[in-house]
Amino acid sequence: MRPRRAAPRSRPLGDSRSPGSCKIPSNFRSETTLDEYMSRHMVPGIEGIDTRQVTRIIREKGTMKGAIVQGGPSIPEGLMEKIHRYEIKNPVRSVTAKQKYRVAGTGCRVALMDFGLKRNIIRSLEKRNMDITVFPSDVSSGEILSGMFDGLVLSNGPGDPKDCKDEIQCLKEVIGKIPVFGICLGHQLAALALGGDTEKLKYGHRGSNHPVKDLLKGNVYITSQNHGYAVIGTSLDEKEIAITHFNMNDGTVEGFRHLAHPLFTVQFHPEASPGPGDTGYLFDDFQRMMKDCMKGGQHA
Amino acid sequence: MPKRSDIRKVLVIGSGPIIIGQAAEFDYAGTQACTALKQEGIETVLFNSNPATIMTDTNIAGKIYIEPMNIEVLKKILMDERPDSILPTLGGQTGLNLAMEIFETGLTEKMGIRLLGTSVKAIRMAEDRQEFKDTMESIGQPVIASKVVTNIQDALAFAEVIEYPVIVRPAYTLGGTGGGIAQDSSELKEIGINGIRASRVGQILVEKCISGWKEIEYEVIRDGVGNVITVCNMENIDPVGVHTGDSIVVAPSQTLSDKEYQMLRTSAHEIITKLEIEGGCNVQFALDPFSFDYAVIEVNPRLSRSSALASKATGYPIAKVATKIAIGYHLDEILNEVTGKTYACFEPSLDYLVVKIPRWPFDKFVKAKRLLGTQMKATGEVMALGNSMESALLKALRSLELNTYSFDQPFVSDMSVGELRERLKKVDDMRLFVLAEAIRKGVGIQEIYDTTMVDKFFLHAIRNIVEREEKLKTMQKTDLSPEEFLELKKLGFADREIARFLRTGEKEIRHMRLTHGIKASFKMVDTCAAEFEAMTPYYYSTYDTDSESRASEREKVLVIGSGPIRIGQGIEFDYCSVHCIWALKELGYETIIINNNPETVSTDFDTADKLYFEPLTEEDVRNVVETEKPMGAIVQFGGQTAIKLAKALSGMGVAILGTSLENTDKAEDREKFDAMLGKIGIPRPEGKTVFTRDEAVEAARGLIYPVLVRPSYVLGGQGMEIAYDDQDMVEYMDIININTQEHPILVDKYMMGREIEVDAICDGEDILIPGIMEHLERAGVHSGDSISIYPPVSLSERLKKSIHAHTCAIARELGIIGMMNVQYILCNEELYVIEVNPRSSRTVPYISKVTGIPVVRLATQAIMGKKIKDMGYGLGIFPESKYFAVKVPVFSFEKLQDVDATLGPEMKSTGEVLGIGRIYKEAVFKGLLASGMTIHKDRKAVLMTVRDTDKQELVPIAESLERAGYTLYATGKTALSLNKQGIATSVVKKIGEQGTDIITLMESARLCAVINTPTKGRKPERDGFKIRRKSVETSIPCLTSLDTARAFVKCLEENVDIRTMEVLELGLMERGVQHEKD
Repeated sequence: MRPRRAAPRSRPLGDSRSPGSCKIPSNFRSETTLDEYMSRHMVPGIEGIDTRQVTRIIREKGTMKGAIVQGGPSIPEGLMEKIHRYEIKNPVRSVTAKQKYRVAGTGCRVALMDFGLKRNIIRSLEKRNMDITVFPSDVSSGEILSGMFDGLVLSNGPGDPKDCKDEIQCLKEVIGKIPVFGICLGHQLAALALGGDTEKLKYGHRGSNHPVKDLLKGNVYITSQNHGYAVIGTSLDEKEIAITHFNMNDGTVEGFRHLAHPLFTVQFHPEASPGPGDTGYLFDDFQRMMKDCMKGGQHA
Repeated sequence: MPKRSDIRKVLVIGSGPIIIGQAAEFDYAGTQACTALKQEGIETVLFNSNPATIMTDTNIAGKIYIEPMNIEVLKKILMDERPDSILPTLGGQTGLNLAMEIFETGLTEKMGIRLLGTSVKAIRMAEDRQEFKDTMESIGQPVIASKVVTNIQDALAFAEVIEYPVIVRPAYTLGGTGGGIAQDSSELKEIGINGIRASRVGQILVEKCISGWKEIEYEVIRDGVGNVITVCNMENIDPVGVHTGDSIVVAPSQTLSDKEYQMLRTSAHEIITKLEIEGGCNVQFALDPFSFDYAVIEVNPRLSRSSALASKATGYPIAKVATKIAIGYHLDEILNEVTGKTYACFEPSLDYLVVKIPRWPFDKFVKAKRLLGTQMKATGEVMALGNSMESALLKALRSLELNTYSFDQPFVSDMSVGELRERLKKVDDMRLFVLAEAIRKGVGIQEIYDTTMVDKFFLHAIRNIVEREEKLKTMQKTDLSPEEFLELKKLGFADREIARFLRTGEKEIRHMRLTHGIKASFKMVDTCAAEFEAMTPYYYSTYDTDSESRASEREKVLVIGSGPIRIGQGIEFDYCSVHCIWALKELGYETIIINNNPETVSTDFDTADKLYFEPLTEEDVRNVVETEKPMGAIVQFGGQTAIKLAKALSGMGVAILGTSLENTDKAEDREKFDAMLGKIGIPRPEGKTVFTRDEAVEAARGLIYPVLVRPSYVLGGQGMEIAYDDQDMVEYMDIININTQEHPILVDKYMMGREIEVDAICDGEDILIPGIMEHLERAGVHSGDSISIYPPVSLSERLKKSIHAHTCAIARELGIIGMMNVQYILCNEELYVIEVNPRSSRTVPYISKVTGIPVVRLATQAIMGKKIKDMGYGLGIFPESKYFAVKVPVFSFEKLQDVDATLGPEMKSTGEVLGIGRIYKEAVFKGLLASGMTIHKDRKAVLMTVRDTDKQELVPIAESLERAGYTLYATGKTALSLNKQGIATSVVKKIGEQGTDIITLMESARLCAVINTPTKGRKPERDGFKIRRKSVETSIPCLTSLDTARAFVKCLEENVDIRTMEVLELGLMERGVQHEKD
């Protein structure tokens, strides 16, 4: 595989079933094997297992904690206890940008809150000539609002959205004052900021083939997804918020927009990479929304 | 949006006979389409000339027209049936071309008939070379530098500009007919002229050759509101240049990263959106292995062979979904029948790997050019699923039924390194073995890659197998550790090959494996990588620990399928297997099928209760048997493939249902068979059993030449020839012995007479003969290549009675329960038996259709213990139909250079058509027309050149032609003999002589037919061979049997015309028979 400027938290696992990952890769961009790449980044992995068996267990029992253990099939002493005790606390803090930085452009000026963002969100904005300022997740609402940005993008990120109390508070203070586009965790945080609720899914949506219906366009798009929590549709105030997207497989909320404020969000990854670029148009929608607001002078 | 309410009656166009480039995949597609329409309460009218299809069954389509597939017939059907729509996207290129033609007449518009699925505009954009280029450019999709030309001068001029090599692609042809790669101007001249002729519109595309680029295909689906999904993508192992139908294909692509995958996916989506297709579409790309450059090579705005493959590879029923879209449904309204929980608007996940290997006919056409290029040559294909590249490859190799279970094969092991290096430069049917052997002999991966441009990923997988093979050869049985054994099984190694490499027996290896607890497990093809619970049981084997296939408590019957389509074992056997399954389901049994052919209805996930997509070898079948523990197996319907497995199944303790194994053997074993016939007093042509060349010559001399020589236990007369003298005998024996002979070779006295064939259903006591079929050609032409007539036209009542009596006696003596096929020769008013097949034959679908008897269903009921007398169809010979049905074979000679286009005892046809008429000559004419014979009404000349023994018999034929006003040409001796009889015949010069020689005459477009009976020893350098090939290339009907010639000439003489004939709906015929019965 070819090393990319991937965020260190990304955890590529061998996803081919036995006999495992490709030992002798063949692609003109390939510089190293998956194994070497993962070793270099100290990412544990596992291969040669029956992924269908694992998937079926999770499908039936739901998401569960686990451990990769070397050696035989017996469970080492104390391991189960360790597994049960294990908890991810506020993972966003460990993956967000350490300080703000700018990716200059000539178009709309965009603030991007980094909750553990995928690089391709930046690239997708760059492609549209936007001038991007990336903020660590603990940025204050004042800093965003005083920056005279044309819009705010809420990035994806890991973990339970309800852990992000400060971020939610910040969003409460900016929504309605600036056009907002939320992606994945950003979508969940926006929902919480608007008084909605989220829940943990029995098993998450992972993969690049999730069909999502866009109710505004009336079409179904294939999307990349990677999330374990979802916005509870009934928790959203229908007088204020309209659900715009839902998942064709399990009917969960995949996107909404605010009826009064310039805000829309999606649960999936329109920036793709990996996965299909079918919903890249959402970045155009966001750009249009910002321009409309500029004309209407809606934001501060 | 739900279904459109303005669609009530739809005409579905099928693809016609099986030919190279258009095989059973369109029966799968048509059957799914008709079923889907039926579910929606839409009336269907089906048009297809191929009787061996499931789609032409009355339980699939409402009204069925088995008629010649041309515009005149189509017009009549439209006038008679007045459908509101035509669905043309399921019948391959044939369906699409017919739809285009009818549209161009303006009739559809006048009658207000819609084309569903794809518009005429879209078809033009995809099929017309120039419009295609313009369309692609308009949406920014790159295409290869190319130019459409209509004459060879322009082709040569353009080639100079873009530089050689160039690819020639004719417009509107299927399977790349008439195309090729030209390295220089002389090659371009040859290929270009052929291509212009082959194209319906006289157009070819001359294109820059981008050799070395990867060839990638996408199967995409779009609905009426613009939802688009990709069902799957596929990667060809060989780079561009080899027709995709002749390529070894892997799904999903293995050497693309997400970026390349998505780039091409997006392109495919933009294309289908631009073409506004409502249904399925196939897009072929060339991708530079060193950059993100790509080019769109081809777009098929219809279902294709690749979509059938994609459908089986993923479990996504493309044809069914495409049909529902065509009648108005949206992708998000169609349920995914595999999961039953999700919708068709998704993209399948593959957590396994699929390999397709084409099945080429070179085992039968030993003299044919085996090189592969832009013109497809394969007759069929196999597919295998595994969870590694290696295992899928090895499983696919086993599925080919060429006795190749590994890469270690004698036909490559003799090659020197030098020879292998040469072979690597060109692609032929042995590609995989040559790659493997080159690796084995130490040619480096880099060198092989540089020569072949086969991606290193694939080369490494092959190397991995070869290295394991070599290592095994150095080991002792006892050296093989359980871990290594398991690794080998995970890589797809067969027990038999492990045993061979370790110089021990398969049984010992199996025993050892089981001792280690290494057992196959089955995984499900569920479209979603186990994310959702699946309803549809479609399985493949792996060596994982967890098996997902659970045997039910129900009584189960195993049906063995017939594997890849090849000459001699075609779609007919899939028809039989499917009907057997349906009959068993009706009787309340759980049905299990094992098969490996992705083109068929039998491998649809909803045909049998359980589908195992596996090689049909003893070990692979055993794995299924051990999981399912069926009460028995039915082997009568899967052709020779299934029969060959009977013994092994019995050894596993599976009861062979119907005719017992011993009795099957009695029919196949020459000596037992002779003894049986002797006992019941039925004569057969004298014959002997031999093993060696010398024995053969001696036997033939004893019987007096000519003799018929063939190996026993074969299908389709594989290796069968008539030997006229010792020299012939020696030549044939050498060819036969190329392949290892486990079984003896039969030498029979050749008797010239009329051939008669019957299929019979037997229950151990009584028999039912649906109908007697009579061959038009005399004995010596393989029954599969003969024109077959039902009901017989020249048999007396007395003879029919004795056919019944003989058939009955044989059935009882052989203890036949189920199907039996008997072939007789009528010679000097005496009946001789020439062959008994204790199984379903290729005539079963045809005879079922023309008599209205559900032959396979009744036979299955008999196998399961029902009595014929209780079935309601009577006993003995079923009353004859009032209509005539003539089955005419169809050949694919255009696709296979260096194959002699002559009839003989070895089968050569790839498919068949049926002509149905109220009177005999109409049926014959329709049959000939449907088979693709061009009847040039405007040409009034015939060329004749026949062997000495035929000269006398030619006279009345020539007289008829003369009477009908035809100018006669003949070669020296033939002309002389005709002139002597007072028939004015002009002499044409032999090939190469000064003046107008035969070839010049044939090229002059004046000939309506060529009558040529071959002399012995069919060497390519002979004139006769060249004449026959020339007639194939110039589309002049070439009649190589005087019997066929007589029938053809009769049509010319009486000036029969399709426009004056009525088209007949199949139901009429069935009712005709029923009426008589009442």
